Amino acid sequence: MESASSEFGKALAEQLPPLTPHAASVEADRCLYCFDAPCTHACPTHIDIPRFIKKIASQNLRGSAETIYASNLLGATCARVCPVQELCEGACVLGADHKPIAIGRLQRFAMDYARDNHVYPTVKAAPTGRSIAVIGAGPAGLSCAGELARLGHAVTIFEKRDLPGGLSTYGIIALREPVEVALEETRMIQALGVQINSGIEFGKDISLAQLQEEFSAVVLSVGLGNTPSLGIEGEEAIVDGLAFIEASKTAPETLKIGRNVVVIGAGNTAVDCATIARRLGAERVTMVYRRTDREMTCYEHEYDFARKEGIEFRFLAQPSRVLLLDGLPTGLVCLRVELGSLDASGRPSPQPVADSEFVLPADQIVKAVGQKKPSLAQHLGLPTERGFISVDNAFQTNLQDLYAIGDCIRATAAASTVMAVEDGKLAAAAIHQKLAKPAASAEGK
Amino acid sequence: MADLRINFAGIKSPNPFWLASAPPTNTGAQIHKAFEAGWGGAVWKTIGAPVLNVSNRYGAWHHGRQRMLAINNVELISDRPIEINLREIAEVKRAWPDRAVIVSAMVESKPEVWREIIERIEDTGADGIELNYGCPHGMSERGMGSAIGQVPEYCERITRWVMEAATIPVIMKLTPNITNIVLPARAGVAAGANALSLINTINSIIGVDLDTLELTPSIGGKGGHGGYAGPAVKPIALNMLAALGTDEIVSKSGIPISGMGGIATWQDAAQFLLLGASSLQVCTAVMHYGFRIIEDLCDGLSNWMDEKGFKTIAEVSGHSLHRVSEFKNLDLSYRAVARINAETCIKCNLCYVACNDTAHQCIDLVSPQGNRVQPLAYDVRSNGKQQAIETRPQPQVREEDCVGCRLCYNVCPVDNCIQMVELPSGRDAVTWNQLSTQQTQVTEDWETMKAYREQVGIHIH
Repeated sequence: MESASSEFGKALAEQLPPLTPHAASVEADRCLYCFDAPCTHACPTHIDIPRFIKKIASQNLRGSAETIYASNLLGATCARVCPVQELCEGACVLGADHKPIAIGRLQRFAMDYARDNHVYPTVKAAPTGRSIAVIGAGPAGLSCAGELARLGHAVTIFEKRDLPGGLSTYGIIALREPVEVALEETRMIQALGVQINSGIEFGKDISLAQLQEEFSAVVLSVGLGNTPSLGIEGEEAIVDGLAFIEASKTAPETLKIGRNVVVIGAGNTAVDCATIARRLGAERVTMVYRRTDREMTCYEHEYDFARKEGIEFRFLAQPSRVLLLDGLPTGLVCLRVELGSLDASGRPSPQPVADSEFVLPADQIVKAVGQKKPSLAQHLGLPTERGFISVDNAFQTNLQDLYAIGDCIRATAAASTVMAVEDGKLAAAAIHQKLAKPAASAEGK
Repeated sequence: MADLRINFAGIKSPNPFWLASAPPTNTGAQIHKAFEAGWGGAVWKTIGAPVLNVSNRYGAWHHGRQRMLAINNVELISDRPIEINLREIAEVKRAWPDRAVIVSAMVESKPEVWREIIERIEDTGADGIELNYGCPHGMSERGMGSAIGQVPEYCERITRWVMEAATIPVIMKLTPNITNIVLPARAGVAAGANALSLINTINSIIGVDLDTLELTPSIGGKGGHGGYAGPAVKPIALNMLAALGTDEIVSKSGIPISGMGGIATWQDAAQFLLLGASSLQVCTAVMHYGFRIIEDLCDGLSNWMDEKGFKTIAEVSGHSLHRVSEFKNLDLSYRAVARINAETCIKCNLCYVACNDTAHQCIDLVSPQGNRVQPLAYDVRSNGKQQAIETRPQPQVREEDCVGCRLCYNVCPVDNCIQMVELPSGRDAVTWNQLSTQQTQVTEDWETMKAYREQVGIHIH
């Protein structure tokens, strides 16, 4: 193994360059300015996309950025990490017989302008005298906090990590979103008056009861847990995928990359891990998955990207144990798999074939097989749905004034940054509405 | 293959395309180059009185990313010594005997000055003379150019002086900066001009710079109206051309017309011909893309003529003039409605918003299940391309309410998606002219009009 070289920054530098003003102008002009546009419908935050694009065309970039903020405070992150092929761009009317407008890149163009010219969203209301606590400074928490602050509420975020931003800071490969973008976006939320208290873990350093004492409402945006255990022999030698990505972003000098890397899993995080290994010098990177490319959970464009990176795939293989030499991996033993009848997830269930063991040589094994459900639900005694925290239409849990948003409630559909941002926005509106009701407990806490 | 040759008032050229009198025809070297590229003729940049030019003399109007949909200029007539121009004209004509070399002229309004310039031009061997009564800036302040063109009596008087002196064909060029283009044209006919040409440039101000708050372009902090030309002026030019072609005096005189004003493609050219031009002049498109555009102007025109069975330019010329009419002669009972092709419709719904906000509210949005729905009605929690596409409503015309205004047809970005379909109106053909003579009351009194509408079945909602 060799440590990450000084070439690190280059290898994982943001993949797409910003659009040049000329390119942005040409692309913006191509937009038809659809009425009741399908791109806006497809966007989970329903950004008025034709409007912000026409403002790019008319060189009103401040107005363009403000149009985005009006629906989505985390436009800079979403411009980079959104699976636009599945959302706005996938719905573009020009997609059928030409090519869709590059909405994501245009949004980034407007957001880059906003960053470079300090066009920040502003508080729209007088102080309400209400205080609200948000647990977790990931996209859902930041969005919710920012929206509440715009409505005049005093918001404090409690974040257990050192840096705010959640997965934007720690969990999205730098190729897609550099750390600095996430941190700048956080500063923007802070500029709305949101207080972020880092290094404070909910449930350990501070309790729900304490928060309920001090705040009118508490919002849980705690995300998901660690990578689940595979329960196989030698698992202690397997690197955790999220930790792997985190190290690549925040402490690249500590990152060790094998020559022959096997990544277990076939989701977007697994693709990110494989990409990091490949870009940082692994000679061979193989993704191992129990099912086939038809069932894999990563987006199709991520799969295409991985193949272009030279990442190999081993489908229908189930890891059964790690081969170790002096505590270091030398290979991953797998069983061949056949697909059976549909399981609870609606996909064919993988059936390992007896006596079909084979070895994938590997000097580094990374697992990226999803994240555990939030343990907080059990801790607080909250009802769950498929392991995720249950909430009502207004994002309230079964406890009065305790809300939950983001990945920790995403029982249906794939978790994504933009869905988390929308949760935050909708929850903020619901909380605001509830607090504004005259019937609500007399004075603000 | 179609024969593109023309004989325009005795001036012959291998194709109908001449460079208009403008910067592209400033020097002999430029015209040599243009003729090498295939241009049929050139009208030499106006020679005449001494002038000086300014910087930043060309402004332009852009729309979106499309550059120079129109140009505007405050350039004056040729600022090169007249002797040099005359020498080069003679050289060019000697080198290109088969091309049309026409010289544009503009001098002080005195018969002897005009006589002198005519004689000097004829000495070069040029094929014709164009009288510049159009320049809208600078020269007009000195009593020339449009100062003449705007007064039919002046046009006639000066053209008479010219006709007395000239032995080669004389083309009188009209300014569009006048209320009725027919009057100076008639003056030209009365004075015996051999041909007319139109349009010269239109008075215009391009804009104001939003940083400096000065005019665009700024000439040392100031600006003023300049002559407007290019694709954006084509409809204005076509209207003026048709006005001459349908005027009894002008059309009966048989005077040929050289058409110009925004010709950039062979399609434009064909339209000018159809509305009565028999030679064509081009400037802005050449200033945008260079002399090379002549190739497709000829090629495209020739292919189109072959396709339509036109053998000569003369056959095309004026072919559509009989279609030019006036509102009072249009059939009030003609009925067309918009029909949207659901197969090719991309559901941008621009037709819907245009119709509902600004026209006659007869396009509905219909859900995939066939229900009439309102726009922006989706649930806030609905998202993703699947839901956006699968639930997207489709615009549909309520034909019984459609007045056939054609706005949707014009805004639709998909070729041939919306068609204007002719439907029987069930009413006898009638024009306003007929109504106002045969049923005068209907055209003068709202109550009678109402009764008339009920009687014939015209419903306006």
